[in-house]
Amino acid sequence: MAAEHQINAGFMPLFDSAVLVAAKEIGFAAREGVDLTLSRETSWANIRDRIAIGHFDLAHMLGPMPIACNLGLTPLASDTIVPFSLGLGGNCVTVSNRLWAGMAAHGALPDLNPARAGKALGALIRERANAGRDPLRFAVVHPHSGHNYELRYWLAACGIDPSREIEIVIVPPPFMADALAAGRIDGYCAGEPWNSASVVAGTGHIATVKATIWKTSPEKVVGVRKAWAEKHPEALSALLRALHHAARWCQDPANRGELAALMAQPAFLGLSPALQMPILTGHLALGGGAERTVEDFFLPFDKAANFPWKSHALWFYTQMVRWGHVAHTPENLAIARDCYRPDLYRSALKPLGVALPGANSKVEGALASATPVGSAGASLVLGPDGFFDGQTFDPDEVDAYIAGQMARAEA
Amino acid sequence: MIRKSLTVLVIDENHIRASIIEAGLREAGHEQVTIVHDVAGIARRIAEIEPDVIVIDLENPNRDMLENMFQLSRVVKRPIAMFVDRSDQASIEAAVEAGVSAYVVDGLRQERVKPILDMAISRFNAFSRMARELEEARSELEDRKLIDRAKGILMRSRGLSEDAAYTLLRKTAMNQNRKISEIAQSLVTAAGLLDPGES
Repeated sequence: MAAEHQINAGFMPLFDSAVLVAAKEIGFAAREGVDLTLSRETSWANIRDRIAIGHFDLAHMLGPMPIACNLGLTPLASDTIVPFSLGLGGNCVTVSNRLWAGMAAHGALPDLNPARAGKALGALIRERANAGRDPLRFAVVHPHSGHNYELRYWLAACGIDPSREIEIVIVPPPFMADALAAGRIDGYCAGEPWNSASVVAGTGHIATVKATIWKTSPEKVVGVRKAWAEKHPEALSALLRALHHAARWCQDPANRGELAALMAQPAFLGLSPALQMPILTGHLALGGGAERTVEDFFLPFDKAANFPWKSHALWFYTQMVRWGHVAHTPENLAIARDCYRPDLYRSALKPLGVALPGANSKVEGALASATPVGSAGASLVLGPDGFFDGQTFDPDEVDAYIAGQMARAEA
Repeated sequence: MIRKSLTVLVIDENHIRASIIEAGLREAGHEQVTIVHDVAGIARRIAEIEPDVIVIDLENPNRDMLENMFQLSRVVKRPIAMFVDRSDQASIEAAVEAGVSAYVVDGLRQERVKPILDMAISRFNAFSRMARELEEARSELEDRKLIDRAKGILMRSRGLSEDAAYTLLRKTAMNQNRKISEIAQSLVTAAGLLDPGES
């Protein structure tokens, strides 16, 4: 029987494309009547362009990217909406062996503690500045990325001005480890497996991780061309159900071996299955023989990981404002809020009778421990979701949050 | 009025394709063309060259880095934006399909850039066609070698003439609805398994 819905999707070779890949390869899409065609891309710019001209209906995207598109911050931008999130966490900050030695001399320990690592880095940066040395250079994968914003958040909360005291450049994820080994950069924030790649090569140390900077924080999403979504609501709903089942499959520890082998294939990541295991288990080799297991390191499904919280979109927006990517206006705020579409997620999944959050937004950083929350259908557990510096983000108090961060920067 | 000719920078890791574009640009009267294969140190090159137009292939994984640099870098004296003519969706589609993109300095008139983009698109397409033809010729040659080996095996093992061996391969292929080269491949593989001396 021919599939009812043809859908073309783009993805980047990163582990958090796993839910899309599993939907196609394990057969969840076919079961929902969706013929899903996946195309691997080489840059986020290509994904944006192919969405804009209609080659792709939807794609694996960086969480802030659709917001940047709708705010007109990128060329060839087309209205893009987010009805599904592809997971929480999964990134690390990796530094060169030389930088790690410098940080260790200032008190950093191989325990992934963001506050301690940041304090040591700050001391080292000021020591270098006093000696008249060039600023350290860090890389992220894209200016409008969770990586850029969490790296900056971490540094700023540790008293380091990421715009003045270090240099931040853009490097494609597969080139990060090489750039670090060659000394072109001193550190980077990227998704797995590109951090473990440096550790395995013996050229980098994982200093801290996204899952400790901000627990259960948003990362990649499914960005959908709005015009396509409006024209094909049934196809989109069918796909979202397929992604839901695929995400649950990806989260199940019993499937780790199969998922690692799948993602290791040349058509997807083209790296050894062993290198896919740290993100799945949260058990990370940090470099120099140190190891740590990080709770909720990467969640493709649990803790409502697929729900497109408007508070996530709004947090990204506050950071765009904070770092000068966009002016804070009521219109821009509304564009960011309207970009993430929990209503579409809910209406697609409602027939399944699964746990659905009752609210569209939550106060980020409010849950100190795992907490059952009110939801339609089955039970749902959220959190812990704290920021490492103890701050919270109330999506109803965006003005105050932005003003507070700006004031701290000027102080 | 004599207008200063535009300075064009072509970023393409593929040396042959870059030369084809360079030749096209020179034929079209653009004398200030620079080719860069490796993006290492690209910021300094852009500062030196001060290009009006940058042509880049879409396979290049450094597009995100370049776009960020065009907007933010202090070395880029004039802001560079992606060439997007909203009124000309067809040309944007043609560019993405051909696998090429163009960036232009702020304020440059669209009609001065359009011919350069069109030229790049047609040269990219010509290159893809050439690469495809080359690949077809290569696989055709390999198929022929494979069929010759399969014929040899049939001639030796069953005492057939060359014509009869070929007819048998063709008939088998038709019966199984497969290509002769596939049947030949199976036969060569099987013969190799049965007699290590054969492969």
